Amino acid sequence: MNTAEQAALPVILDEVKPAVLPRAVLVANDRSFSWITEKICGIIEGKTPAWWWWCFAVACFVASFTVAGLTYLVATGVGVWGHANPVNWAWDIVNFVFWIGIGHAGTLISAILCLLRQKWRTSINRAAEAMTIFAVVCAAIFPVFHVGRIWYAWFLFPIPNSNYIWQNFRSPLEWDVFAVSTYGTVSVLFWYIGLIPDLAVLRDRFEAVGNRFRSFLYGVFAMGWRGSNRHWSNYEMAYLILAGVSTPLVLSVHTIVSFDFAVSLLPGWHTTIFPPYFVAGAIFSGFGMVLTLMLPLRAVYHLEDLITQYHIDCMCKITLATGTIVGYAYAMEFFIAWYGANPYEGFAFINRAFGQYAWAYWIMISCNVITPQFFWFRKVRQNTTMVWVLSIFVNVGMWFERFVIIVTSLARDFLPSSWGYYSPSVVEIFTFFGTFGVFSVLFLLFIRFLPIMPMAELKAVTPQADVHGHDDVSGHGDPAIVHATH
Amino acid sequence: MAAPSYGLIATFDTTPALYHAAEKVRDAGYKNWDCITPFPVHGLDKAMGLGRSRVPRISLAGGIIGFLTGMSMIWWTGAYDYRLTVGGKPLFSPMFAFPVSYELTILFTAFATIGGMFIVNGLPMHYHPVLKYDQIRRGMDDTFFIVIEARDPRFNLANTKALLEQAGGREIKELEA
Repeated sequence: MNTAEQAALPVILDEVKPAVLPRAVLVANDRSFSWITEKICGIIEGKTPAWWWWCFAVACFVASFTVAGLTYLVATGVGVWGHANPVNWAWDIVNFVFWIGIGHAGTLISAILCLLRQKWRTSINRAAEAMTIFAVVCAAIFPVFHVGRIWYAWFLFPIPNSNYIWQNFRSPLEWDVFAVSTYGTVSVLFWYIGLIPDLAVLRDRFEAVGNRFRSFLYGVFAMGWRGSNRHWSNYEMAYLILAGVSTPLVLSVHTIVSFDFAVSLLPGWHTTIFPPYFVAGAIFSGFGMVLTLMLPLRAVYHLEDLITQYHIDCMCKITLATGTIVGYAYAMEFFIAWYGANPYEGFAFINRAFGQYAWAYWIMISCNVITPQFFWFRKVRQNTTMVWVLSIFVNVGMWFERFVIIVTSLARDFLPSSWGYYSPSVVEIFTFFGTFGVFSVLFLLFIRFLPIMPMAELKAVTPQADVHGHDDVSGHGDPAIVHATH
Repeated sequence: MAAPSYGLIATFDTTPALYHAAEKVRDAGYKNWDCITPFPVHGLDKAMGLGRSRVPRISLAGGIIGFLTGMSMIWWTGAYDYRLTVGGKPLFSPMFAFPVSYELTILFTAFATIGGMFIVNGLPMHYHPVLKYDQIRRGMDDTFFIVIEARDPRFNLANTKALLEQAGGREIKELEA
């Protein structure tokens, strides 16, 4: 740019009036700080709604399926599940990968979107992180019980034992033990650090109304938080570092989960595309679950000012993007199976699409590849019911994806003499459906007793939180700021 | 006043008011003072003259210890304490030890970060003079406070009060120790 151009620039700017880039308002209707506090705390402080009790009763009933199924398994043996040669991994590992994958959206929202400064994450991150933790709980049930003699499950960890033998660290299954347990632990820590300031709010509010018991309980976990800015400074740094380490963590966890398959020699499993394909699929399914949970929550508690249409748009677009990546991966798997010219690999994929489990394959394709494409249309994204129904399809499709990968590959391996067909047993079906009850029980307890949105973070993204907001009306052409100072 | 006091507390209603008041207190040379805010106010660290947090150093130490723990545990168990060849693979290799060491790096970093944050902040501290202020609940909701401690060398009841008043603070109260 030469000097003449530089001199001419301001004049032109005056004439053309540079476009004001609209920035989405994250808290609608110009709500005040105390409105946010009252809204979120009101959910906990109010009387328990009747629907909560109904949902809780149903969830407990469904969860009892898992308890009964697992009790029967421990009392009898792993044979109560439908596994048999050659399909020795089936619903248990399908369910494990399914639930772990769901958890990943929570970490994506809380960690990756935090690093990318996507402020819209604030209103959904608390609930999404809770979803992560509860999903990991449901996931962990399956491999732990699949070991058969559950009382030996501690052999998974390098704890000295009477056989003097150590774990085989060359095995991806052992890597998975560390990946999943680290993931669960770090998710809890991340969730807890976010809760501390909000627990302090609840502590003080319950003390003000004289409920000393609840004030004490929230107070213990609030660690004596007093909103000191010297504390906030370290707190924000700690939060940033946790986001920074959770990002490689979430990517590594599903990578290692995919190693369980990719490191084996089985056609259909032994592919290098698995790590990115699994991570994209995990985020896809996780956002499906976030939408499934948040849309009813938004309607029931009237949180439209905090989860705006902009939030729903963002979530739908991420679902669309990751769903399309998953669709691409399906196509690429077929291409490589053909291009690699390995007859076993080629057979495995033809068998997937047209073999005995073709029904599962086409459910997967229609749910995962076709469903998200509806999110291209604004009309669809603005129709909350439609978004919710589509999110259910995403959940179903991603369960079938894991089923297709795991079961079809095992049922038709190298030797036709050992081929088989796997069907789940009743115990297995009940145990799996029961985990939705376990998840719902935990999630219902969460929305009843803990703030479902991070109040401090929400306040920080409101226009009035900006220290320059009130003197700097011309600002940066930011409608949010202009809006706050009208 | 005869009773020992912890310091003075002043109330501010908006973020910009707090921000500019914090700049004034900082420029007056106070060291033992604090802002109480319901959420992290961006730019307030600079207005208070706070340096960079020390938490990252603790996190880094945690991460290094985690990685070394992973590598040395896998070497010690597989290549030293009980040598067992599986599938003709080497007894130890940083390649297969990497995924577990990587996860332990993250695990130890996370614990060090949270632990470090608590240590640097001096938490848990369930009893604090600021928490006894009857309006403190508002500081968790929508109001902002500046607290200047009596132990600050520049603290002088009249002058400090005047400074807070001039900075725009209202309801300037003395806190019991």
